[in-house]
Order: sequence, then C-alpha cells, then structure tokens
Amino acid sequence: MPGQIQHPGYEEEKLLRVSKLLPCRDVQAGRLLALMGEPEQYSYPSIFIYGHRATGKSHVLHTLLNELELPYATVSCVECLSLGLLFQKIILSLFGSDCVPLLPRSPSLSDFVRVYKQLCVQSTAKQTKYIVLDRADLLRDMEANILPAFLRLQELVEDNVTVVLLSEIVWEKFRPNTGCFEPLLLHFPDYSKDELQQIMCEDSHPSYTSELYSAFINILLGVFYSVCRDLRELRHLAALNFFKFIEPLEKDEVKESDIHRLWRNIEPHLKKAMQTVYLREVSSVQWEQQQMAEKEAGALRGLSAHAHVELPYYSKFLLIAAYLASYNPARTDKRFFVKHHGKIKKNNFLKKHEKTSNHLLGPKPFPLDRLLAVFYSVVDSRVAPTASVFSQISSLVTLQLLSQLGHDDQLDAPKYKCAVSLDFIQAISRTVSFDIVKYLYDFL
Amino acid sequence: MSKRKAKKTHMTVGACISQVQTILRERFCHQMLPEKPVGMESQYKHLLELLKRTAVHGESNSVLIVGPRGSGKTMLLKCVLRELLEVTEVKKNVLQVHLHGLLQTDDRIALKEITRQLNLENVVGDKVFGSFAENLAFLLEALKKGDRSNSRPVFFILDEFDLFAHHKNQTLLYNLLDVSQSAQAPIAVIGLTCRLDVLELLEKRVKSRFSHRQIQLLSSLSFGKYLDNVISQLGLPQDFPDTKFSEEWNDSIKRLCEDKAVMAVLQKQYNSSKDFRSLHMLLILTLSQVSVSNPSIKPADLLEASRVCGADSKANMLHGLSILELCLIIAMKHLNDIYDGEPFNFQMVYNEFKKFLQRKSHSIYNFDKPVIMKAFEHLQQLELIRSMEGSTANIQKDYQLMKLMLDHNQVMECLQKYPQCPTDVKQWAMSAFG
Ligand SMILES: Nc1ncnc2c1ncn2[C@@H]1O[C@H](COP(=O)(O)OP(=O)(O)OP(=O)(O)O)[C@@H](O)[C@H]1O
Ligand SMILES: [Mg+2]
Repeated sequence: MPGQIQHPGYEEEKLLRVSKLLPCRDVQAGRLLALMGEPEQYSYPSIFIYGHRATGKSHVLHTLLNELELPYATVSCVECLSLGLLFQKIILSLFGSDCVPLLPRSPSLSDFVRVYKQLCVQSTAKQTKYIVLDRADLLRDMEANILPAFLRLQELVEDNVTVVLLSEIVWEKFRPNTGCFEPLLLHFPDYSKDELQQIMCEDSHPSYTSELYSAFINILLGVFYSVCRDLRELRHLAALNFFKFIEPLEKDEVKESDIHRLWRNIEPHLKKAMQTVYLREVSSVQWEQQQMAEKEAGALRGLSAHAHVELPYYSKFLLIAAYLASYNPARTDKRFFVKHHGKIKKNNFLKKHEKTSNHLLGPKPFPLDRLLAVFYSVVDSRVAPTASVFSQISSLVTLQLLSQLGHDDQLDAPKYKCAVSLDFIQAISRTVSFDIVKYLYDFL
Repeated sequence: MSKRKAKKTHMTVGACISQVQTILRERFCHQMLPEKPVGMESQYKHLLELLKRTAVHGESNSVLIVGPRGSGKTMLLKCVLRELLEVTEVKKNVLQVHLHGLLQTDDRIALKEITRQLNLENVVGDKVFGSFAENLAFLLEALKKGDRSNSRPVFFILDEFDLFAHHKNQTLLYNLLDVSQSAQAPIAVIGLTCRLDVLELLEKRVKSRFSHRQIQLLSSLSFGKYLDNVISQLGLPQDFPDTKFSEEWNDSIKRLCEDKAVMAVLQKQYNSSKDFRSLHMLLILTLSQVSVSNPSIKPADLLEASRVCGADSKANMLHGLSILELCLIIAMKHLNDIYDGEPFNFQMVYNEFKKFLQRKSHSIYNFDKPVIMKAFEHLQQLELIRSMEGSTANIQKDYQLMKLMLDHNQVMECLQKYPQCPTDVKQWAMSAFG
C-alpha cells in the first residue's frame, strides 16, 4: 500500500488501521506522527494546523490519538460558552471525572493551571498529553490571556503536554500585538478533485455497484466542484440526490451502463439543487419532500424561497417607493413623477452625470416625506390608501425590508433605506403589475 | 556498572535513533536548560551577583530582564537560580514566588497565589485585611522564623511583567517595589518582559520605587557562532550509550553544516531571527524526518523543514479556494487597481465578475447571484476579506464595504500555483483593467 504510515514507536497493526481510516491524508498524518514522536517523547509545545473546512484536520487528529490510545482531550471552542466549561472538559478528559470538582466555580486560568499541576504531580504517567482545540479562531474572542497561555501551556504547567490548535483561518490573524510563543504551523491542503472522488466513493450504496456510484459522484463533482470543495457539503448533496439519479433505473427506463442518459436526467436536477439546497433556502427534508411531490405531479415548481414573501397590497407599494427613493437621486423625482403616471419622454430627459450607477454603491438614505411623496405618486391612479401607512412602514422595518437609520429620539426626521435586492423588488412589482425598471434612473 | 561503561555498548540503529529523538526533543521541545547560556555571560554574572546579594546578605533589590520573544529571558533566570540553589545554605533559606502575567490577571488572584506559594494559607485563614499593603506585610512578617530576627529572603519572579502594569492601580507592583526599597524584608523583585518600553507603562509612584536595573538580552551572535550553536544543538552528548553511533552522528552534523545549501538556509534563518526558539522549530521539523530508514540528517531534510517553516499561509489557503471564489478575488484585485485600494462592496465585485463573464469566458458558467454571495461570504469567513463597517446592523450584505486582505503579488502568485486554472481566468487576472 503506497500511503502506509510508519513509526517504530507504535504497533504496526494500529498504524495500518489508522492508514485505512485516513485515505488521502497519509502524508499529513505521517508528518504529524513524526512530529509527535514516540508516546513518551516530547513534542513541540504548540502546533497550529490550518486548512479549509472539511480537509480532515479534526478527523486526522482524532483518529491518530484515538487509535494509538494516547492521552488526549479534544474540545471544540464553539461548545465552550464559558471558560470554566473549557477547563472542565480538559481536566475531565485528561484526568477523569473525579478530578473535575477540584476546579472552583468559574475558575480562572490561574486556577486551571494550579489544578493541572497538582494532578500531574500525583500521576506518574509519562506519555505526552494532547489538548486539541478545534475552531481555535474563537479563542481570540475570549479573554486576552487565553490564547497566549495555551500556546505556552507546556511551560506554564511544566508537564509533557502539546496543545494542537485547528483553524481555517491563517495564523497571522491570531498573533497578539506583543507577540507570543509561536506555534509550529502545519497546513492541510485541500483535496483535489480526484481525491474527493476517491473519498466520496467509499460511501457507495450497498444495493448498487460501486462503478455506478462512482459515475454519480463524477457527475456531482462536475456540477459542484467549481463552487464548493467542502467534502462535508458535497457528501450531503450526494446523499440527497442519489435516489433521483437512480430513479430511471428503478423504473427500468435506462440500463445501468447508459451513463449518458443518466447524466442527462440528473444534471438539470443538480443545478436546481445548487440554487436551493446548497444555499440552505430549503432544508434537506423540504428538498426530499419536493422530490416526492414532483414525482407525483411531474411538474416543475419554482423553488426560490424569496419569491414567497407575502405582503399587504399597500406595503408592496411602500416598498417599491422606498426602493425608488433609495436608488434614484432625489432631484430626478420630479421628472419621474410630476407627469402623469408611467410614460417618460426620453428625448427631454436629463443626461446622466454620475459615472457609477447607484446599484453599485448601494441604497442611499431618504427622509420620510420623500418616501410618502413617491408612494403617493406610484399608487396615484389606484385607490388612495387609508391611514395605516405609518404602521405599515414600521412593519416593513420589523421585517428588515426597510432599515431605519439614526436613533429613536430623532422622531422628527427619521431616515430610511430600502434593504431588498433588485430581483426581489422586481418580483414584488410584478405581483402588482408595476414596471419598476422604467422608473429606475440607472436603467434609463 | 563501571565495567559496562568501559566496554563499548552496541545498540541497534532503531534503539539509537529512538535515543537521539528523546535527547534532542528535550532540547527543542521542552526548553531544557543548557549547561551554560550561550553568548550572555555578562548578563548571567550580573543577575547572579544581584540575586546572591539578596539570598546571602539579605539586601532587597529589583531588576528587569528585557529582551525580545524567545531571546532566553526565562532560561537565563532559571540557569541563574539553578546555580544559586546549589549552595545548600541558600536553598534552605530562600523562598520563591513565581507569578506569570498570563495567569495572575488581577491582583486578587496574584495575592492568593502568593499566599499559596509561601504556604501561608493556614496562617492567613479567615483574616480580613484593610488593604493590599497590609495583607502583603502580614505575609512577609509571617515568614520570620520564631527565633530569628531576620526574615527569609523571597524572590518574587514576575514573568510577562508588562501585563502586571495593566492591573488596577498597579497595586501589586507598587507594594512589591515599595517593600524592596524600604528594607522591611529582604526581597528581590525580578521582572521579565519583551517590551523595551516597559518603564513607560509604570505609574510615577511605581517607577520611582524601581531600582532601574535592567538586564538587556539583545543577541549579538555572529553567524559563525550561530553555526557553532546549530552544531552543538544537534550534537549528541558525551555520555550517549553507543559511542560509535554518537561519533558518527556528530561527524555527520559537522558535515551537514558545511553543505552549501544548508548554510544558505541557516543564513536566511539567522537573518530573520537569531533567537534559539525559532531555530528549535526548524530543528524539530528536521529531526522529525530522521528514522530508522533515514538514520542521519541529510541536507534535504533541513531544506524541507525550512520550506515548511517558511510557507506562506495565505498562499496555501488560496490554493484551496473554489474557482468561483478565485474569480471573486480577481475581481477584487481589479477593483483595487482601479480605485486605488478603496473599499468595495459585493455589488461591485459581482458587477466586475459579470463583465468578465459577458466578455469572454467559456470555462466558467453563469452562477446565480445567491451562489456567488455564498462564495463571497466564505471568503469573509476565511478573513481574506474584511468588513470595514463596525456594526453591520443597518447595512444590506450586498453593500457592506469590504477590503481585500491580500496584496497584488499574493493574488498573482496564487494564480501561478492554482491547480488547473482556466486560461481565460488567468488572462483576465493578468489584464490591466477588469
Ligand atoms: N543563549 C542561549 N543559550 C542556550 N539556549 C538558549 C539561549 N537563549 C535561548 N535559549 C533557548 O531558547 C528557548 C527560548 O528561551 P526562553 O523561553 O527563555 O525565552 P523568553 O525570552 O523567556 O521568551 P518569552 O518572551 O516568549 O517568554 C529556550 O529553549 C532556551 O533554552
Ligand atoms: Mg519566557
């Protein structure tokens, strides 16, 4: 086997198992193991491992430490709402649950180090202990002494301990201004397309041949690889879409060897998945349900969730008015709205002065009276609204479709910005048969 | 035993290598104290004399050891203490209190720790003190032994000394230095810090109580000495069990350090920092490649270690971006070129990318805007781009002002290394204007 990890300090058999569990990561695992050395030899006080999401950082560490039966604690910083919790988990994993009560309530770092030292003196174990801190970027948000202290924990507790930090953010973004003990940096490179293919093929479905599954993964990667290289995400997508892929086989419409037909069947489907599941617009469960529904109705439905915001009729116009007020220069309002609705003669329209379009720079704030003026102009031919305009404005703010600027105490002159995209406002406009593009300065 | 020593022991290569690893790792990974600190003889003598005066003659004192990270402050102090404590009289008499700026983050914690380290927890019991000074005075008083009129000398060692200056009112520093001046009890206050401007952090009343003794550790090692150091750091000790192996090993180290490529690597290392700690990192990476199948250090091992040490993290991360994310980075680069590094927003990046797609590209297909947004957000999570706005509450994602945290060269280098980068994307990146 090409990628067999070797080290004289460990049993051959265990290493073989590790190698099997870590396809495509044998170089990294081997390098790490070489750094760790034999169980009782010192390893570098702190090691910082960085690499993109799902490049196997935690997996490699966990597999090595677990399979080789080394003493270790792994803690994900996401789970540590308090420092106390972090310290407890470490003490628990390294010394056992009866030692946890030694920590006082809401322990300081000083308490942690004291308890740690005390426990070390009592035990005779000589093996290197490992403390693995996942999502280490969050350490930066904790008290300022935490990160530098973990980096030199070996010196502080005077024990044979190595702290491993895992992160998808580069080390440069961690270094405090007065410097600290510099950890040893190790990079976990991204998986290549072939490696992804190899790893993902291991999940093949028991009732189908591995060739078929491999072909499926190939197609899936063809669609998603240019956007996403996150193994975890790709796996998820594979699991969700495999049944759609084999549907024609189930129905006996296509033979297994006819990959091309299968491809034609699945590709549009995957592209649609990219717009929805990948963006988390619909949950996996919803996606599956939609697949079922589609199967029955045989019809395609619009999947984009954004199209489905239901607003009261006048609120839609308020939002449209807000959009226009945000993206049109105020001085152009007259030209758009003084005349009778709609038609604008192009020939006598002012030339554009600004170089950059407002759709690049983003919405500008506008005062309430301008909003109202535009609003009354766009709804003019329709029924005039009753009193509720103000409450509708505030509910648009609550829905975060409008954002209010300034403080609450500036009641006299609140300013607003429209917070929706062009696509969204176009969709809204269509539902009230208003052609918004005609009223936008940028598109004249 | 002695008979066996006289006879040359022969061990298997595996056993030798394992032994080598154990010995050298203690040096590189465990900051084992050297027999004598290299290149700081005068500082060593100075500190030793100073502490002796407290330990033996009961004179109080204060001193700061100042030097950059990894320059050997902690090591120097420990070596001095090691020598000092070899004297039985001193060992019996002197008490040590070790405080660390990273651990004792306020004076209440520090006081508790002092009490604990002086073994006075029982003596203090539930007593309540009016002030910090009173408490400290009580502790020092308690150290006086029944029959003796003299109290025992105490070394107060404050690592990361500058951090104590951030404590409220600098109470601890004030009181310790005050005692050290007023001859209440013989104490030595020893501060270790990497901040050369440390005195400016001290309040006037604190500063005036400090002796103004400073020991500076600014390495003036020549490259020749540095090389000697590397050799001795990698060398095996006299008492290595297998003499034949250790002789061969030590010879091979000497030869290694005469190699041209190795010299160049070490010269580069020396130029960037002369301190031992960064050297140790290089050496552990080198050592980790030594195994039964590679039982001595080859030049290639050191070169590889240097490559790992010197790798550009950002470039490594750029390599793993998806092609879509890469395209966004290129669009940002263009925006930076056009607008002279002014911040940009998503909409502008999107627009720039669209322009490229419309103009030529056939290799990249048209992604939906939300997909592109997701890629953009991923870049933000990776902190390759950073929001310029403090609070993001009121601004739409599309229009938040951002800055690219990479420079022109980093982007261009990344393109060279990017696996299977489509030609049109490369050309687009190369073109002067988006
Ligand atoms: N002159 C020297 N001779 C031998 N070893 C040295 C020398 N200087 C430094 N070292 C070694 O370099 C390493 C770093 O030294 P040390 O921890 O004392 O630095 P420091 O100045 O305390 O750094 P920090 O500011 O981060 O605390 C130690 O392993 C030490 O043994
Ligand atoms: Mg130090």
